[in-house]
Amino acid sequence: MSATGTYNKLVPEPTPHSAPYWEGLNRRKLLLQKCRGCGRIRHYPQPMCPSCHSMEVEWVEASGRGVIHSWTITHHAFHPGVREDLPYTLATVDLEEGVRMLAQLRGVPDDKLRIGLPVRVEFETVKDGLTLPYLVPGEPA
Amino acid sequence: MSLREKGAITGVGETAYSRESGRSVLSLQLEASLKAIEDAGLKPSDIDGVIPYSGVVAEDFITNLGLPDLRYSAVTPLGGASCVAAVQSAVAAIAAGICNHVLIPVGRNGASGGRIGTRVQQMPQFRLVGEFEMPLGAIAPAQLYAPMARRHMELYGTTSRQLGEIAVSTRANAMLNGNAVMTKPMTIEDHQASRMISDPFRLFDCSLESDGSCAIVVSAAERARDLRKPPVVVMGVAEGHPDSPSVITQRPDMTRLGIAKAAPRAFEMAGVKHDDIDVAEIYDCFTYIVMCQLEDLGFCKKGEGGPFVESGAIRLGGKLPVNTHGGLLSQAHMVGMNHIAELVRQLRGEAGKAQVRDAEIGLVTGYGDMGDGSVAIMRRG
Repeated sequence: MSATGTYNKLVPEPTPHSAPYWEGLNRRKLLLQKCRGCGRIRHYPQPMCPSCHSMEVEWVEASGRGVIHSWTITHHAFHPGVREDLPYTLATVDLEEGVRMLAQLRGVPDDKLRIGLPVRVEFETVKDGLTLPYLVPGEPA
Repeated sequence: MSLREKGAITGVGETAYSRESGRSVLSLQLEASLKAIEDAGLKPSDIDGVIPYSGVVAEDFITNLGLPDLRYSAVTPLGGASCVAAVQSAVAAIAAGICNHVLIPVGRNGASGGRIGTRVQQMPQFRLVGEFEMPLGAIAPAQLYAPMARRHMELYGTTSRQLGEIAVSTRANAMLNGNAVMTKPMTIEDHQASRMISDPFRLFDCSLESDGSCAIVVSAAERARDLRKPPVVVMGVAEGHPDSPSVITQRPDMTRLGIAKAAPRAFEMAGVKHDDIDVAEIYDCFTYIVMCQLEDLGFCKKGEGGPFVESGAIRLGGKLPVNTHGGLLSQAHMVGMNHIAELVRQLRGEAGKAQVRDAEIGLVTGYGDMGDGSVAIMRRG
């Protein structure tokens, strides 16, 4: 991927609830919602805490460290914008903060993929105003 | 008040299934609806409830079928779990005395119209996936569901060949059905040689994109007895929603679907046990989804779905024949309404070459969106 040329992948449409998350990525920070009522961290961003029903949140920076929970390796272009990336690995990751994220994982051979493999988050600016997270092999905790 | 035995399926209708109908969704649904109403021995004017699926509205049926006094309309937006959930809604409306004969049509031109794999981007129930996962390349159901299957494989040793057994068994059943899109036999080797879509899902782990329509009529149980065909009585019916219903990524247990919550309710309402089920039509958008539901329904323990299907249990003649019509994998993708139609045929003794001998009690499920589930248990009336 490159920051130049026409970007032809799907792009997010941030909402008032999620805008700080996307703005955080642009500053190369992975931000998570933390409930001001009970302290529960949640992801993806949503207006209400399902535990205490507070709608007050603060945004906390995640460590970016986690372990693989599951994955898929995609060989089919479900959108024209991903054709050049094929095949690509999408990893579901348990973050240290207790929530999960999903992103493309790079630098791990298919036969080395396993539940519990440590990974960490990196960032890349793919177009003006849009930075996306991706995953690379991490250090064991 | 329980919904037990308050409603019955009295009519089923199907169009020809194809990859290219060249027809509108509404005209397909009207054809199947007329067939279902006729199958029940009713007149269109007897229909006083309708639960449309998508792309069409209740008003379309009032206008085209000339319904004089529609008393009930609803939608059940659970994706592939909608059809069986609509049966629950219909029986509830009937039990409440609102209406007597509810038409539930489904139809699509999934092959010749918009591709199903890309259509999900526009669906509001996928808003979170659309914002947080699709921009990262996780776009289609095959990709979104694959991590559930991969985790099951890693935790329990489930293999691609075991998933393949579901595809092969379902294809063999489709070969017995005169109205199936797929007409060539499939072996495990064919499955293993089919191209990888999103690991672990190969092409033959994925369901079809089809054109056609299937409709049913749900009637009040006491009125069903006097109609044209033997009624198929709804003994128990329930829907269930998984934890983290909008995104699989955040689900506490990724190997557990919404149907795990619905199944105990449906079995308790029906008053039957798993051994009483003679035939099961299990929603099969992907092979793994069948395996996971068999576990969540309690036909085998969590993690034992692989050996269960590998034993031949789900084949015709096996312990629990599954998807005797060929399913979404090999008959047609009719959102699982074709599963309800097949269960009705089985319990009426009308299933032809795929008939399960002496089938008296059967089960049908739906699975939709990011894990919604629905299940109905029915008996020969």
